[in-house]
Amino acid sequence: MSINPKKNPVDRTAVSVAFTVGLYGAAFGAAGVTAGFSILQTCLLSILLFSGASQFAVVGIMGAGGSAISAIATATLLGFRNALYGLQMAPILKVGGLKRVLAAQITIDESTAVATLQENDEDRKRGFYVTGIGVYIFWNLFTYLGALGASAIGDPSVWGLDAAVPAAFCGLIWPRLKNKTQFLVSAIAIAWALLLTPIAPAGIPIITTVLLAVIFGVKK
Amino acid sequence: MSAIWIAVIGASVTAFLNKYIGHSVPEKWLNKPGFMRINALVPIVLLSALVGVQTFTNKKELVIDQRFAGVIVALIALRFKAPFPVVVVSAAITSAAIYNWF
Repeated sequence: MSINPKKNPVDRTAVSVAFTVGLYGAAFGAAGVTAGFSILQTCLLSILLFSGASQFAVVGIMGAGGSAISAIATATLLGFRNALYGLQMAPILKVGGLKRVLAAQITIDESTAVATLQENDEDRKRGFYVTGIGVYIFWNLFTYLGALGASAIGDPSVWGLDAAVPAAFCGLIWPRLKNKTQFLVSAIAIAWALLLTPIAPAGIPIITTVLLAVIFGVKK
Repeated sequence: MSAIWIAVIGASVTAFLNKYIGHSVPEKWLNKPGFMRINALVPIVLLSALVGVQTFTNKKELVIDQRFAGVIVALIALRFKAPFPVVVVSAAITSAAIYNWF
């Protein structure tokens, strides 16, 4: 497969999404090092875990002093949407064996989103692979650069990295808030986590907000 | 093995399982309406809680500092549909300015 962003509109969308999202990897790289992860540990999360929200959650929870279990549980719950993307993509990709392993690894928000924008299965496949592989390359490259940059900085507050991390999360939540209930649930989750922080072990204030999702999800 | 290593490897394994399971099970196993509604809310509550904790806490104390100003600016940028890098960088600049000069 040759990629031609100038002539092929699917490639154009895929490559521009991949590059923009990849840049964001620098914010993750910086967040990892700021949270006390080594450059190697930060990069391994991008190579192996490869799902932005879950990666930010792991470094966020460990950085706040949470346990490995609560970091893993939170990241797993956040990553469950990738299983749903896999369900959508499997009948289009029709791959098995090693190819399925590789397709699974690049099944993320962006690759699925670009695929579902296309009009036929041929373009959907192309959109999925070009976006997925493109994000993988740029995300890992910029994670490394971000981690390297942050490790050269002593106090993260001097460069505003302490605010860049929650700002990055805001960017992840914003597109998901489409109605009043979702805004309300978001506000309650923040209040819940803050109320529990002084009294519960780190990580617990975050993972227990899943109860809110269950309550509001079942109610309707 | 340190807690960070356990978190890195453990979360990577479960992330891959999530992805691989989606490609391998029949659709009807996961596609249930109540379950889908809960699942749509899960990222909202977890990420919101993370924003709260990372903006307003220092260890186990609740604090208001330069990070809050940074996040406010990020929200304004998002409100005006700014791209991701602008959101993050404007928050960082705001927070750094307050931290360094006040």
